[in-house]
Amino acid sequence: MNTYDGINLTATAAADTAPPLVEIQNLVKHFPITRGILIQRQVGAVQAVDGVSFTITQGETLGLVGESGCGKTTAGRTILGLYPATAGVVRIDGQDLMTAKGADMLAIRRKAQMIFQDPFASLNPRWTVNAIISEPLRVHKLFQSEQERSERVRDLLELVGLSPRLANRFPHEFSGGQRQRIGIARALASDPEFIVCDEPISALDVSIQAQVVNLLEDLQDQLGLTYLFIAHDLSMVRHICDRVAVMYLGKLVELAQKDELYENPLHPYTQALLSAVPLPDPAAARRQRRIILEGDVPSPSNPPPGCRFHTRCPRTGDRCAESEPVWRDAGGEHFVACHSV
Amino acid sequence: MGTLLKVTDLEIRFHIPEGVVYAVNGISYIIAEGETLAIVGESGCGKSVSMMSILGLIPIPPGEIAGGSAVYQGRDLLQLSDVEMEHVRGTDISMVFQEPMTALNPVLTIGRQITESLTTHLGMNDRQAEERAAQLLEAVGIPDGVRRLGDYPHQFSGGMRQRVMIAIALSCNPSLLIADEPTTALDVTIQAQIVELVIQLREQLGMAIIWITHDLGVVAGLADRVIVMYAGYIVEEAEVDSLYNDPRHPYTLALLAALPRADRRRDRRLASIPGAPPNLLIKPQGCPFAPRCQFVLDRCWSDTPVLTPTGSDHGNGHRAACWVNVKTGAPR
Repeated sequence: MNTYDGINLTATAAADTAPPLVEIQNLVKHFPITRGILIQRQVGAVQAVDGVSFTITQGETLGLVGESGCGKTTAGRTILGLYPATAGVVRIDGQDLMTAKGADMLAIRRKAQMIFQDPFASLNPRWTVNAIISEPLRVHKLFQSEQERSERVRDLLELVGLSPRLANRFPHEFSGGQRQRIGIARALASDPEFIVCDEPISALDVSIQAQVVNLLEDLQDQLGLTYLFIAHDLSMVRHICDRVAVMYLGKLVELAQKDELYENPLHPYTQALLSAVPLPDPAAARRQRRIILEGDVPSPSNPPPGCRFHTRCPRTGDRCAESEPVWRDAGGEHFVACHSV
Repeated sequence: MGTLLKVTDLEIRFHIPEGVVYAVNGISYIIAEGETLAIVGESGCGKSVSMMSILGLIPIPPGEIAGGSAVYQGRDLLQLSDVEMEHVRGTDISMVFQEPMTALNPVLTIGRQITESLTTHLGMNDRQAEERAAQLLEAVGIPDGVRRLGDYPHQFSGGMRQRVMIAIALSCNPSLLIADEPTTALDVTIQAQIVELVIQLREQLGMAIIWITHDLGVVAGLADRVIVMYAGYIVEEAEVDSLYNDPRHPYTLALLAALPRADRRRDRRLASIPGAPPNLLIKPQGCPFAPRCQFVLDRCWSDTPVLTPTGSDHGNGHRAACWVNVKTGAPR
């Protein structure tokens, strides 16, 4: 216990001094729902991300967890500008992504990259590995000659644990785990500081998942990378992340240091989520008291008023349907939005 | 408890343009009445195919059952005619699939889909069948069953569709329910709902369950016994506690070491398994796990280990297919 406390203390001290590399304030992403063919009018909006704020420190891994449809992937894509944000502020290394144009935008893009979930759909099947990994180099005009770029590609392949001899092969010649390594090499090509990892291991077999997670950790140590790790596997998130944010229907419900969150979850949704995690240990699994939530996640195009979780919450009260709970620090940078806490 | 299903030396191959896929390479196991057996393995290990072949659900050709038997109530399921097999599937053994989105017919009401087996196999008339279908929906936790019989699959969420699938599977009171990754496509809170439902139905109805999964976490609290498969072989078989607390095959050992725990602080780097599962187009020789095994011996490359009792407690049915004692690293 003491050693862990020691590590936590030093980590917090470092976080206090360094300015955050990534700063998200009140990020909103609504997708319009339209009716009509010739004359389209907006009849509603899918409120995929609705007012999300957090920061990520240099070298840190922030986990973003939640169930399908909670908006975690949309949040990750909007942070990188792959979707234009409806409102809010995204600052990466001090530069405002919302107002950046032209060369500024390109500079931010170079610093912030993404690793995608599906290693089969995210690589162009007609391109060689060399062409795939060197694309960011061409876009950002990082090397003068084709030869220099090929050399960089070979270095990158070695960095992610693939043989440089494979550079002229096509994606279909690789297994799922190897393809994910190619996707990681592409993300690293432009020498980024910040990488959004969107479910990078959920499409892989168990024996391959650990390989990729260890690779991501090694790269972080070597290159000082900062990760936003989007996932639904809560066991892996506890393993790889420093802090964890929990999302429900477009809003953050809780954010804390990982051990604090897993050992002392405050929000009823986090509690239910953690109680349902499958444990690979029969004795622990039998002891587990699962909090079974009633029903399904409501539609983000018509979210419940007040607290969005109140329709399924075991602790719901009168206030919950009327007013939205405030996002506040419950002590020790453990943030939560709940009326009953 | 009596033996419900006894599979012996089952071998399945697929003939494809690239060659022969050695999908299942001689597996044997027993499931007792009322028992819950988990079959765990990664994609391509043969866990689903071995189950589907028993129910006559693999297309032949390209599939081929190259050998073995699957005896259920004195009859070898692999020798049954299509008509006989249809009867077995309707009344004795039923299956729940992974994808609740594709396993249901989108243009038929779920009432039609549940009553179909009731009228076909149990000879109920339409009114009886509808009454029973509504009861089944309520039994799987879908309230207002009578009204919902007229709804179509798209009107249900993923978790609810899986409940409908379970209702269909249970409609004729099977003695064996085969669940093929039934919760893999679902979120963790919905997965917990389905697992609780299956545990509750198992207590009420007493059927045996074979739960196929890649997730060692899901079945730890559910199964009585676990079989671990790799590249078409059973590599380890044990009571659930013995398997997790005392794994005796290097693959099981490595899989468990590769899993992080949500209920513990991080204490180490994950132990990863080098390499990838073998190419099933190559006729297996020696131990299939040898290229990735940290304990590998010379003989592992030439002799395929058979599943044999292991450890000092031979009596409890803990079996592993390995030439090595994983505790000492010495030959067994």
